[in-house]
Amino acid sequence: MAINVKVMDRPVEQVSYLRATLSGLSHTFRHLVDPHKVTTQYPEETEALSKRWRGTHRMLTTEDGTAKCVACGLCPTVCPANCIKLVPGEDEHGNRFPLVFEIDEFRCIFCGYCQEVCPEEAIHVGRHYENAEYTRDGFVYDLERLTAQTHPVCELWDPADPAGE
Amino acid sequence: MGPLLMTPITDDPTAFAIASAIKVVVFFGVYLVTVAMLTLAERKVSAWIQDRHGPNRTGPGGLLQPAADGLKNFMKEELSPGAGNSVLFALAPAIAFCTAMLSWAVIPFAAPLPTPWGVVSLAIADLPVGFIFTLAIASLGVFGITLAGWASNNKYSLLGGLRSSAQMISYEIAMGLSIIPVLLLVGNVTMGSIIEQQALGGWNVVNLSVAFLTFLISAFAETNRLPFDLPEAESELVAGYHTEYSSMKFSMFFIAEYANMLTASGLMATLFLGGWDIPFTTWDNTGNPSLLKTALTFGSFATKAGFFLFFYMWIRWTLPRFRYDQLMSLGWRFLLPLSLGYIVLIASVLLGLQSLGIHAGRLQTGVLFVLNVLVLVAVFLIFDRGRLVSPTTSKMSALEMRRLRLQDSAASALSPTPRTEPGMGD
Repeated sequence: MAINVKVMDRPVEQVSYLRATLSGLSHTFRHLVDPHKVTTQYPEETEALSKRWRGTHRMLTTEDGTAKCVACGLCPTVCPANCIKLVPGEDEHGNRFPLVFEIDEFRCIFCGYCQEVCPEEAIHVGRHYENAEYTRDGFVYDLERLTAQTHPVCELWDPADPAGE
Repeated sequence: MGPLLMTPITDDPTAFAIASAIKVVVFFGVYLVTVAMLTLAERKVSAWIQDRHGPNRTGPGGLLQPAADGLKNFMKEELSPGAGNSVLFALAPAIAFCTAMLSWAVIPFAAPLPTPWGVVSLAIADLPVGFIFTLAIASLGVFGITLAGWASNNKYSLLGGLRSSAQMISYEIAMGLSIIPVLLLVGNVTMGSIIEQQALGGWNVVNLSVAFLTFLISAFAETNRLPFDLPEAESELVAGYHTEYSSMKFSMFFIAEYANMLTASGLMATLFLGGWDIPFTTWDNTGNPSLLKTALTFGSFATKAGFFLFFYMWIRWTLPRFRYDQLMSLGWRFLLPLSLGYIVLIASVLLGLQSLGIHAGRLQTGVLFVLNVLVLVAVFLIFDRGRLVSPTTSKMSALEMRRLRLQDSAASALSPTPRTEPGMGD
């Protein structure tokens, strides 16, 4: 026998099991017949992404189709996950360009620092997430693959919100 | 069709044997497909109640989901506990599965079917012992679950098995007793005469509402469905008696659960809702059997059983599980006395009516109905005040509380060392 148990003296309406059961049944039945369902039927329907969504990377290009990147080395420096591999090259006019530019999407934490730090607005994180692969190697995106991406890029802050500036 | 053809098929042993074999084969197929569809229906109902869509990718509207589940279970590795009893371990799901299917055998699911070789009764076996057979087989079902729990050599499985045996034995009594008023009214135990009586004298859900309520609650407990699913309480016992089961053996338990539900629904429809009887017409019970009658009465039976199947699922996704002591007190302290008292009441009322010269008919139904309403009101007024199922805190009168407190302080004043509370903190 329990000692010092607080026993509440409640009115009959609150302790009636019959009423509670019936009201529970009617509640579940209302949900059962309610045609509104909350599930998103994923491959057919998708939820809208935020403009600030940070997903799969994309390298923007100049008009002639080459990457905007000047191999300054800021993005591998700022990258907290150390997922960007950059080997700079230089042509006969002294223009720098990346010989190797690889991003390991598996290591990436999608912080978006690379996009923020890029002086040329070349590397971006994108509003895109469907990037499944069969092998681990497939997640290492080289320059060609990064420039071939077509999805919209992240805006980093909402232009409509002055506080974002 | 001449009157010569309206002889029962039992007159011709060969035709009877062939007809029975066909019935068994067809029944087996239909029953298993229904059970498979029930697993889908359960998932759909649960999804709809939770504002989801449920399985809808496999086949049109998810109709092939049970086939996909079955295929998956066939492909899975079959594990068997090393220290367990492997013979009983393999036997247990078979017992659970077979008993669940066997008890259906006596339930007639449509009006007799006329064939060129005689009239075929549409129950697998039209046994003279009728309902007694169902009770006997249902009590064998507990072996499947208890043996599964024991043969697994796993503490959770064992606890689940023990709970199951305690629960099933407790509720079997209430279930068996709740059916006695039906037998008193019918005067026979065959399913055929129970249906016949209801077609003439009104459904037993009106005649014997209290027995119906008791039977309904006991049937939920007997099939281990929520709110009585303590044998597999996943929050306490991992998965209860089938923790160690995998692959098709697990599937067998799963099928057995739904087969039990199907049988219990069929039983409730037969005993209390008039079986295959179509209400408000005597056309289906009188005259020569015909194909149309068989089809329509099957529809009637399927609707009634389907309602109970839906009710099972509806309850499952509404009510939480009982605590163990609540389960036991509901069975022994509420259902058992209620059904015992009800037998005495119905027997004396029937005796009184008969001595007044009132037999089956509208007057008897009316008297019984009024009586049932009175009993139900009394039961819920008296018991539905925190007494039906004990609340989370025990109700103690203020006087009793004071006495206990005084006793406590007196005891601690006498002994120099602080009294240790037995059972608390150690």
